[in-house]
Amino acid sequence: MIDWDPLILTFELAVVTTVILLFIAVPIAYWLVASRSRIKPVAETLVSMPLVLPPTVLGFYFLMAFSPGNAFGAWIDEWLGIKLVFSFTGLVVASVIYSLPFMVHPIQAGLSSIPSSLTDAAYVMGKSKLTALLKVQLPNIKASLLTGIVLSFAHTVGEFGVVLMIGGNIPGRTRVASIAVYDEVEALNYGAANFYSLILFAITFCILLAVYLVNGKYLKRFWK
Amino acid sequence: MIILDVEKVLQAADGEMNLRIDLTIPKGQLITIYGTSGAGKTSVLRLLSGLMKPDRGEIRANGECWFSSEKKINIPPQKRKIGYVFQDYALFPNMTVRQNLEFALRKGQEQQHISDLIDIIELGDLQSRKPDTLSGGQKQRVALARALVQQPDLLLLDEPLSALDIKIRLKLQDHILKVHREFNLTTVLISHDIGEIVKLSDQVYILEKGEVIRQGPADEVFVNKRISGKFKFTGEVLKIEHQQVVCIVTVLIQSDVVKVIVMETEIEDLRVGDKVLVASKAFNPMLYKVETGRGTQ
Repeated sequence: MIDWDPLILTFELAVVTTVILLFIAVPIAYWLVASRSRIKPVAETLVSMPLVLPPTVLGFYFLMAFSPGNAFGAWIDEWLGIKLVFSFTGLVVASVIYSLPFMVHPIQAGLSSIPSSLTDAAYVMGKSKLTALLKVQLPNIKASLLTGIVLSFAHTVGEFGVVLMIGGNIPGRTRVASIAVYDEVEALNYGAANFYSLILFAITFCILLAVYLVNGKYLKRFWK
Repeated sequence: MIILDVEKVLQAADGEMNLRIDLTIPKGQLITIYGTSGAGKTSVLRLLSGLMKPDRGEIRANGECWFSSEKKINIPPQKRKIGYVFQDYALFPNMTVRQNLEFALRKGQEQQHISDLIDIIELGDLQSRKPDTLSGGQKQRVALARALVQQPDLLLLDEPLSALDIKIRLKLQDHILKVHREFNLTTVLISHDIGEIVKLSDQVYILEKGEVIRQGPADEVFVNKRISGKFKFTGEVLKIEHQQVVCIVTVLIQSDVVKVIVMETEIEDLRVGDKVLVASKAFNPMLYKVETGRGTQ
């Protein structure tokens, strides 16, 4: 009997993380493109850190910070009633930070590739910066947005170290597919491990293929 | 009336450049800023539109203060009534031609004005096309129409015609003159083309390294002495042939090549590539009908 819970949990986590990231990453990317502040290099570095840091390091610090035995963790627990350690919410928070560069970088690249005269034109027409962002800048970087969404989704599906550290391995709550694979292999249960692995392989392959097809305009060529 | 009296330190290609501009543009005039690239022409338009903040000085438009370093006033570009045609046209690629114009509408402004503009600037057939599918001249017309949607007091044109071939250029010059007069605009044009400047502008300012070095009516500024010719054209010298007594200078005037006979002494400092004014005084121009017009306009 195959347990579908880890797969469902994985995709729930990826969807929630991606949606939250989209709303967080647009303002961050916008600020990184527009700002000439002195702290910008520091901010850029922090955003990129999850790319190079071992996931276990991130996970370890999350665990330390979110632990109810700690001041920060206790404060969140007390005031917001959220327990971040070994819970789905904790997984979401950790995943958002872990996948942040995968959403911010494409959007940042997209925004800085648009000629500044487009936004200048909108300002001269009396449009606010927000209107210019929503009506002019974002619609013209659809490819970057799509890349960001898909990469963060796929990256969240593929995370292991962070999830294991902060979420543990609680069936139905924090045991995502990547951990289930590890777990089954440890129990010498190769059939189940193969099942989860194959599904992850197939789905991530399809997602990435879709991005390359859409952004490379291959589809248009076929349809014409 | 637009009064611009500002200073701004710019980061130019060869180090810092101090832009010092003092212009007064009477209402309804079309003035041109002429100069080599890097002289600060586009910066003048950006200062006027509020996209660039001056270091010092004052900008006043029709009695209203747009910028004053003394009074700490800086009206944002959103609130200055300006139409701006950018050098790269800056059409929004995600919108059709009509949507580009509609985007420029202010809250509560009527759609009718857009339909009028589409008629005046002859955009009827292009309305539902995306900017990427348009030619340079068509993009230019859309950009011009879009800049006029808000019924601005001041129209800024940043080398709007430089990328176009001569035929389309002439047609668009007529469009610019037409809207300038029809909407009673005050217009600031940046141009490289002396022929265009003589044709379009009331006043010309020559900018060099951030300062106005000469100003006045176009033919005075470019020729130095006043010529009261019956008709005159500017062109570019293509060839100078020395015959026994005289020289034959071949001049490109717009898209026509004209040969002019001159005395050798008259053209001592003339070289191929120079811009010249071809004027005629003594002869009476003759008219030949080329084509029957299509009714009255």
